[in-house]
Amino acid sequence: MTNGTHRRAVFFDLLRIQMPVGALTSITHRVTGVLLALGVPFVLYVLDLSLQSPDGYVQVLALLDRWFVKAGLIVLIWSLAHHLLAGIRHLLSDIDVGSLLPSARRSAWIVNLTGIAVALLAAGALL
Amino acid sequence: MRKAVTGLRAWLVQRISAVYMLLFIVYVLAHFAVEPPRSYLEWRGWILSPAVSIVSVVFFTALLVHAWVGLRDVMMDYVKPLAVRVFMLALLAGGLLAMGVWAARILLSAHD
Repeated sequence: MTNGTHRRAVFFDLLRIQMPVGALTSITHRVTGVLLALGVPFVLYVLDLSLQSPDGYVQVLALLDRWFVKAGLIVLIWSLAHHLLAGIRHLLSDIDVGSLLPSARRSAWIVNLTGIAVALLAAGALL
Repeated sequence: MRKAVTGLRAWLVQRISAVYMLLFIVYVLAHFAVEPPRSYLEWRGWILSPAVSIVSVVFFTALLVHAWVGLRDVMMDYVKPLAVRVFMLALLAGGLLAMGVWAARILLSAHD
């Protein structure tokens, strides 16, 4: 396996590796999935509070006005946009739409940039 | 439980839950675009109506199942020592189940 003749090159200097655009879409799909999962308890907490009483509802509105909550919300909105779009790209790929390299690279760019665009729009609307 | 969702079944579960969540999110965004709730009573009346609360419970179920398949894959990729992996998977399963119970309590037990 790792004896002389079959030794594979290992080059894991992450700052110098050039990732193809599809790899960036893919690892970001994974990272945003983890971020969204971490967001679930906060969403449940807010949902719970907003439904408990009129007072809780007002508390939620006030909470959503805090800068750090807005910042977290923008991260979640970006995560959701990227994760959804990358997921749709996956589903299309399952039915053989856009599997060839040129279109796969184009759709990867579209996913990455649209996710950022949605985050900027959300930031514009919230801040 | 049989051998936990693996391979083809996990692949299918991930896609069915994804499509359901996509439809749910489109519906919720459309609702907020057309008639955003303007008061506590409107908000509560909408989300706790029988139809919306049920599709919401299904949404959270899909979400937690989807998170299980996804995070399980992440852990299997990065957490190598078996004992640590089993411990973390158990922690994950417990956390997701607790969130499922919480979501169901919020959406189903508050009916008036």
